[in-house]
This record gives sequence, C-alpha cells and structure tokens, in this order.
Amino acid sequence: MRVSEAWLREWVNPQIDTNTLVSQLAMAGLEVDAVEAVAGAFTQVVVGEIVAAERHPDAEKLQVCRVNIGAAEPLQIVCGAANARPGIRVPCACVGAELPGDIKIKRAKLRGVESFGMLCSVAELGLAESADGLFELPADAPIGQDIRAYMRLDDVSLDVDLTPNRGDCLGVAGLAREISVINRANLTIPEIVEIGATTTRTFPIRLKAGRACPRYVGRVVEGVNVNVPSPLWLKEKLRRAGVRSIDPVVDVTNLVMLELGQPMHAFDLDTLQGAIEVRHAKAGEEIVLLDGQTLRLAEDDLLIVDEQRPLALAGIMGGELSGVSAKTRTIFFESAWFDQVMLAGKARRYGLHTDASHRFERGVDYQLQRRAVERATELLLAITGGQPGPTTEAVLADQLPHIEPIVLRRSRIARLLGLEIPDATVEDILERLGMDVSALDDGWHVVPPSFRFDVRIEADLIEELGRIWGYERLPVRVPSLPFAPPMQSERVVSLERAKHLLIDRGYQEVITYSFVDAKYVAALTPGEDACVLSNPISADMSHMRTSIWAGLLKTAEYNLNRQQTRLRLFESGLIFRQNAGELVQTVMLGGLIYGAAEAEAWANDRNRQADFFDLKADVEALLSLTASAVEFEPCEHSALHPGQRAAILREGQRIGVLGALHPSLQNQLGFAKPVFLFELEVPALQRELPQFRELSRFPGVRRDLAVIVDENTPTLSILKIVREVAGEWLTQLTLFDVFQGGRMEPGRKSVAFGVVLQHSARTLRDDEVASVMSQITGALQKEFNVILRE
Amino acid sequence: MEQLQAIVEKALKQIETANNEPDLDNVRVQYLGKKGEITDQLKALGKLPAEERPQAGAEINQAKVQVQDALNLRKALLEQQALERRLAGECVDVTLPGRRSEVGASHPVSVTMSRIEGFFRKAGFSVVEGPEIEDDYHNFEALNIPQHHPARAMHDTFYFDARRVLRTHTSPVQVRVMETSEPPLRIICPGRVYRCDSDVTHSPMFHQVEGLLIDENVTFADLKGVLALFLKDFFEQDLAVRFRPSYFPFTEPSAEVDIQCVICGGGGCRVCKQSGWLEVLGCGMVHPDVFRFSGVDTEKFTGFAFGMGVERLTMLRYGVNDLRLFFENDLKFLRQFR
Repeated sequence: MRVSEAWLREWVNPQIDTNTLVSQLAMAGLEVDAVEAVAGAFTQVVVGEIVAAERHPDAEKLQVCRVNIGAAEPLQIVCGAANARPGIRVPCACVGAELPGDIKIKRAKLRGVESFGMLCSVAELGLAESADGLFELPADAPIGQDIRAYMRLDDVSLDVDLTPNRGDCLGVAGLAREISVINRANLTIPEIVEIGATTTRTFPIRLKAGRACPRYVGRVVEGVNVNVPSPLWLKEKLRRAGVRSIDPVVDVTNLVMLELGQPMHAFDLDTLQGAIEVRHAKAGEEIVLLDGQTLRLAEDDLLIVDEQRPLALAGIMGGELSGVSAKTRTIFFESAWFDQVMLAGKARRYGLHTDASHRFERGVDYQLQRRAVERATELLLAITGGQPGPTTEAVLADQLPHIEPIVLRRSRIARLLGLEIPDATVEDILERLGMDVSALDDGWHVVPPSFRFDVRIEADLIEELGRIWGYERLPVRVPSLPFAPPMQSERVVSLERAKHLLIDRGYQEVITYSFVDAKYVAALTPGEDACVLSNPISADMSHMRTSIWAGLLKTAEYNLNRQQTRLRLFESGLIFRQNAGELVQTVMLGGLIYGAAEAEAWANDRNRQADFFDLKADVEALLSLTASAVEFEPCEHSALHPGQRAAILREGQRIGVLGALHPSLQNQLGFAKPVFLFELEVPALQRELPQFRELSRFPGVRRDLAVIVDENTPTLSILKIVREVAGEWLTQLTLFDVFQGGRMEPGRKSVAFGVVLQHSARTLRDDEVASVMSQITGALQKEFNVILRE
Repeated sequence: MEQLQAIVEKALKQIETANNEPDLDNVRVQYLGKKGEITDQLKALGKLPAEERPQAGAEINQAKVQVQDALNLRKALLEQQALERRLAGECVDVTLPGRRSEVGASHPVSVTMSRIEGFFRKAGFSVVEGPEIEDDYHNFEALNIPQHHPARAMHDTFYFDARRVLRTHTSPVQVRVMETSEPPLRIICPGRVYRCDSDVTHSPMFHQVEGLLIDENVTFADLKGVLALFLKDFFEQDLAVRFRPSYFPFTEPSAEVDIQCVICGGGGCRVCKQSGWLEVLGCGMVHPDVFRFSGVDTEKFTGFAFGMGVERLTMLRYGVNDLRLFFENDLKFLRQFR
C-alpha cells in the first residue's frame, strides 16, 4: 500500500515528524519499505500563464512565448514544447531556479533570441518518468504562486509493506486508524453524506452465489460527462499512491478504494441488459477482460453477468465491453463484498493480480459497501455532473459473515507475553482498536470491529495487546529449562566429521542446486524415474537429482572453464529416487577428483595424473572412520568405466560406489582428462564400539611370501584365503608389492605380502610358523594355481 | 728424565696436529699403548735403583695423565668439529614450503549452519532433519496455511503434482517432530528450502534453520531472550536487537527481528536501505491451531518458533554482496573461506 503522508495527515495528524511516523508504523507491524519524495528537488518554479506565443524566427520547432508570472512585465521564454500556446497555465522555472538533475536556469540565448526561464513538463519537475509536452495546470492556478506550495509537493509517499493479515490497512482509513491508536490522536473521518436521488432509475441486482457474495450495492448515475478531466488534487492523490489517472469515473472508484479500502467498479449502463447477476461460472465459460485477454473459466470462478453475457470476473477485473468509455453517459456503480476464502487464489490462477483482487483476498470490511457508493457518488457529481438514482442494495443477510465474540483470559496474557498488563490498560488498548469489551470474572468478552477480520481467537487479541503495548517494552528472559541434554551416540559417524576428513585431504565443499538438467539424470542413472518439477525455473533445472554427481560434474565444468586445472570437490545432500514406486530421499556424500594427483609444488610430481587409487585412498580414509569391515567389489554401473568401478559393500549391503567416469560420458560432457567419482550413503557411516583385546607379551614372527597368479585374480580373494588359513595367530597382513611385466610371463602378476604371526600366551616355535606358511601356500596353490616366487 | 720430558712434548705436539680420530688413536697407541713410549718407560722402571723408583714412577704417571688429558681434549674437539661439519652439510632452505598437500574448506553456508547449530546444541536443542520433497499437508495445512491462503502466494512454491511440493521452509520438520514426540521439545531444523523465484536477491534454493521450543511455561520473553543471545553469539558483537510485530500463519503473536546494521553500525547505508536496521529472523509464539493439528495440548504447553535465512546471515557476517555466488561454486570464491 502506497500513500502520501499528506493524505494520511488529512485523517490523523499527530505532532511527530516523518521519521518518527515511519518507525512507529514499523514497530506496529506495518513496515514502511520506502519513503520517497513525491516530486524532484527544485526551487523557484511558479505558476505562469502563456500570454503570447510566436514562431521563433530561426527555428521551426521553437516558439517565443511571453509568460505572465505576476511580475510587472511578462517574461520572454523560448520553448520547444508542441502544446505551448496562449491561455494555458504552466510551471515556469525562473532565472536562478534549480531543477532535478542539477539543472540551473540561467538567462540564455536560443538561436539568437533571449530566454529568461524555462516552461516545464511533469518529467522536468520529477513528477513522472516521462512527459509529453508542458504540464498544463488548471485554469484557476494562481499566477505567480510557487508550484511546490500550490501543489503541496513537500510531501512523501510511504510504501507500506503490509502482511497478508492486515487487509484492513489497504486504505488510508485503516492506516490512519492505526496511527491514531498509537498516538492517541483524533481521527478526522471525512463526513460521508447520503446523496439523495434525483432520478428514480435503478438497475436490478440478483445474488446467486450464496456466501461468496452476500452483499452488492449498486447505483445508477445518469448524464455523466466523462470527458472532463479529473481535477489536479484527485490526479495527485492517485499519482502519489502509484495509481494512474484514467478518466473521472475510474479515478473516483480508485480514490474510494485507496481511501476506504473498498474496491469498486463502474459499468456503462447502456451496455448492460436486463439485470446484474452474481453467480459462479459454468465450466468452460469464457470472458473477455478489459485488458483484452479471453479466459476460459472453471466452476468455482465468480462472475458478474447480465442477461446476455459475463461482464466481469468478480472482485478481480472488469470485462472489455461493459466498461466506461468516452461515449458513456450513464454509469452503474458496483460496490460489492466478496468472500475472502472464495476469492483466494482465483486471480493468480489466471496470472492476474489487481488492486481489487489484492484487497478481496486479504479481506474487505463487509459493512463498507454503502458508504463507498455514497462517497463515490459525491465525488463523481462534483466532477462530471449527473443525476444519481437511489442506492440499491442486494443482501443475503444470513450469508454475511458474523463476528464471533472472543473470550480473553487474564492468565493467558501473562502466559504468552510473560508480562501482566493492568486490566485498565488491556481494556483501553482493545477499545482504542475499535473492539467492544466487556469484563468477565477472569478476563473479558471481546467483539472485534467488522474491519478486523484477522482477529479471530484469543492469541490474536494477545498479539494486539503486545503490539500496542510495544514489543520493545515486553520483558526479556533467558528461559530456565530442565536439564535434558540430547542423547549422543558414538555409533554414528557425524557427517560433519566425514566432511572435515575430506576437507583435510584437500577437498573443497560445494553446494549445488538439487534440481538439475535431465541430461545428468539420463547419463548418470539411466532408467531412473526422476521427480520432475511442474514449474521449474528453467528447463535445465527441472529434474530432482538422482545422484550427487550431477552438481559435482557441473561445478567441475564451470571451474575448468575458469582456468582451474586440478579439482577435489565434494557435496552432501539428498538425492531423490523411486524405489518400487516409493520416493526415497537419501542423504549422500559424493566427491570428484580431476587432474594432477598432487598439487603443483616444488617437491611434488606435477606429471602424475590422479587415478582410481588416489580416489580410493580418500574413500578408504572416509570408511576408516566407521571402523567396520567394508569391501570393494567390481560392479555394474553404466556411467563408470567398465574396468575401473567398484561397489562399496558393508555386510553385503551396497552403501556406495566409486570409479572413473565412463570415457564416452567423459567425452560427451567435455572433460579432457579422466574424472573420478565416489558416492556414499551417509546413514551407512556407522561404527561399532571398539572392543579391547588383551595385548600379547610374546614376540610376533614375520614371514614374507610372493606368489604369481593369473592377472585377473582379485587381490582381495588371495588375502581372504591367507586370512582364513592363518587363523587366530595372524595379527597383521601387509600387501607390500604387486608387480606385472618385466620377466614375468604375460597374463600373470606377482603379489607379495608379509604375514605376522603371534601367540597370545607363548612364543611360537619355528616349526609352527613353518607349518602355517606351508598351509597358506598349499591353499593358494589349490585355489589359484599360484607359483611361489623365490 | 729429560728423555721423559721430551717424549711428552713430542706426544703433545702430535696430539695437537692430529686432525681426525684415527690419527689421534695412532698417537695414543704410540705413547700409551702396550708398546707405547710412555708405557716402555714404566716397564723400564724396574731397572732403576730402588730408591729412585718412587720418584721416577710418579713422574711417569704424571706424564701419562698429561698425555691422556690432552688426547681426551683433542678428541672432544675433533668430535665437535665433525658434528659442525655434518650439520653445515645438512642445512636446508627453511623458507621453502613443505611438501604440499592442499587443505580444502567448508562452503561458507555450511560454516554458518555449523555455527548456528553449535549455539543451539549448547543450549540443549537437538538437530532434526526432514524430507525436501514434502506433502502439501506438512508444508502448508498443518502450519495453518490452508489452500488459497494469501501467504501461499508469498511462498512461490515448486510443485510436482497436486499433493507434493519442494518444501518452502523447514517448518514441516517441526510438524513431523510434534507428530511423533511428546513435549517438552527443543529442536532446530536446518536444511535446504526452495522458492520458485530467481533474480539478484532471490535464489530458487537456499537454506534455513528453524527452531522450536515447547514447554509448560514458555513466553514471548523467553523468545526475546534466546534470540538476542543467539544473535550476540553469532555476530560476536553486542548488537542492538529489535522485535517488530509481523505476521506468520503459524505463530501468534509473530515478530520479525532486526539487528543494528553490521555494515554501517546503524548509521544508515545501502545494505540496510538507510534504516540502520537489518531484518534477520522471523519468529513468534506457536499458533494454537498448529498445536491442535499436531495434537499438542494448547492449555498445558506454550512454545515459540523461529526461522532464519542462512545465506543472509552468511552475507552479513562475511560481507558477501551477491547471493548468486553461493551456488556458482567458483573455487576462487569458495577458497576465500578457508
């Protein structure tokens, strides 16, 4: 809601300055977003009358005007405006005047003719963004008077950012009411007189929409001259409220809306047939709105129709063919009450948002309609003339809202606010807010006024008390609460710990959008049925990610395009997948590495490129936090390199995957070098509590063994056999060499490992150690046909 | 005896010129070894008349001690010199950087979330998370935002279908907790939230931390106390804080919390739109309808809830001037927060 301070002060005028007023409103919950001067900064601009205008001798488009500003002699001013002509009164900036934009008016010569000032447009005075010619003032503007004084331009527009519950403040009346309550200042309500009918002409109104529209007030005004301009005061009030002036009829309805908060509409009565009817739309029914667009309506839309066609989308916008035009002679005012709940969301459904829909959605006082019509009639007659008929009101009394009294308990005030407010103050605040208050034993019986439809329950009243008492004056307390620290579990590895491990190993955390381009879903998780937004910001942000890798790949691409060459990235967050038709949202931790294995530095190898085992080392470090047995095994994954991909298993359950991005995807996504990726389910990061084992006081014996096996034999399976056969004496198994090529037979590899055997209660004898070692070699020979290396 | 004197002098000279330990040891053998010159003197003692022996013996022993001392001294010196040479050879350029392994960093938004969580954990709040694809009931209905409530228009919701949305705030997590746990409750719910709006000052995805405290004797005064303490802790400054009436469908009374502008100190600047105040939080006493939806006894319990935008707090804390930087993930930006 935008309104000029001067207009507010016509209603309520406390002795406080603008800044105080603004902060008072903010502290009452009516935040002022902006305070803007209603005109540019200028001086020495006065009302002048052009008494003569002649063609400039040397310039086609210039005129030499003589302008009376009340001085002894008219001023000679050269002017280029097309509408400069004798008889009009315009703002005249005298020599010495300063105009917005640091313009200083000096004596000047234009094409050889002297000029002693400048005639101004609205734009030049900072009253509008642009202008078409001189600002023509009313014929009775007093010659010589300062424009600022004449138009009362030392005023500001307040842009009040209202919360949706305060529909009552979407009018000067409502805001003024609040200011009067805060300051205990008198409210000067302009007297609204009933304008007597001078014709008997009426137009029938039928209400067919039940509680959606239980009241409709209408009035015919005949003989209206819509071609007179709206007076300057009216145009200025509208302009300062951010509303464009159209014609006197529309301007008057807008003024009444801004003043009282009641949206109105005016029909050209000569275009209406039979009667006004308010009814719900038929499915598929069409209406052409005054902005020219055609809507196909749904059954719960509300229409104003006559016997021939839809006239208006009720409470939102009028229709194209029934509005006021230059030819209109007879108008029909509509001042109706539409139910807030019924109207909610209807404008947005069609991408519409109008001053009327904004108000009706937030609620309009249901007792305002008749006053609004009387006010509009009075204003209109003064401008356009005409003969009003009687005001007619159609009402469904039993469908009107009725105000439920609220019980306010004294004890509840302190329980919510932490403060006891004296009874007299409670009553005073509520009464100032227009509530009807009667005392009960333990509190009050309160009936809110019809304009405070937001006040419905006890808590609402308590908020009103707090608000007017002042939130700043409410006490501050640090709660003393029972000692109840949340349980902490040692079995859960916190995501925080895992993230810091990666950070310490050189990874940078990133946060990317959860919605990604469909191409990533298809590439990373083919066949996955992703959740798709029905209203995405853009097509490349439409699919909920099915893998953390989508954002990591995009981030990698972004940074590689910005001169980065080596990347270590991770992200954690939800991924969204369908499992047997059920949506599953899982917290994942994913990482990406790219480029050189080591950071560039004097002591590092700058040529070695990161590979699978660099990534695996980081993943193993992560998993070591969980201190539970985890295995890696080759797996299927269409996004990964067939020879460099592994599933991460814990107790046989797959908890993650790692590998090199498939070379064809790598190409497709434009990466020059291999990309390595991992992804882990965060809930799987759990550990067992460590269990103490007695330390052995006896020495361990180490034996090294090297075997040659088929190159496709997984190393893990060799170690598994060793572990199994070595049994309980095995305390350490170290894989210290894997070797291929050289003098080795093609297709074979050498695997070397150290075995440490130790007994808990005695020293092992040589023959015992030898026996275990031969069992190990025996088992390996049997299982893998290994050859022992000497 | 002159002979002994001459032997000692010769020995001392040789010790003086021995430049390494083997040479020095040769000198020792030459004089004090089994067949050494001084040892020979001792052996020759028997040939002397008995009355001269004590005198001569004493002199030879003295000579022996004198040579031994000189040997010891020289040995210590040579060792010292050897060590010094070795140390000089092992000297490195200590100004060279260590073998590099880079350390990464948390995303600044994560840093802020951790700080917020840290404060509230210390105050006895539990951290709870919930789904981001929410149903209409938890995101709106149960929070007293029925279909077509004007507040819905302010939420710019992303939809999947008639029933499912991307959560527009983390408040639905509170509803889920109230549904499954009995008060008293102290929780905070951090996480991603989504609004269908994207421009210089709006990101379609951002982060919120919401908090909820329900107990038998909780008032607006406690809300003011807790949040003022939090803001002081977060900004590590004794900031002026003000509570302003506002409106949220799920709280009544509701408030917005402003802090004295951390950029200009309250004097007025571009960031605070010349007001000297910055809005950082929304809060209020839990609306009785919200309690009723989740089955909390409104007569027995009261509670407060609050919510804050993590990006906004991060921007204010570190002076970041463009919201969009957070999700571009330019490493040049992110590395500033190491």
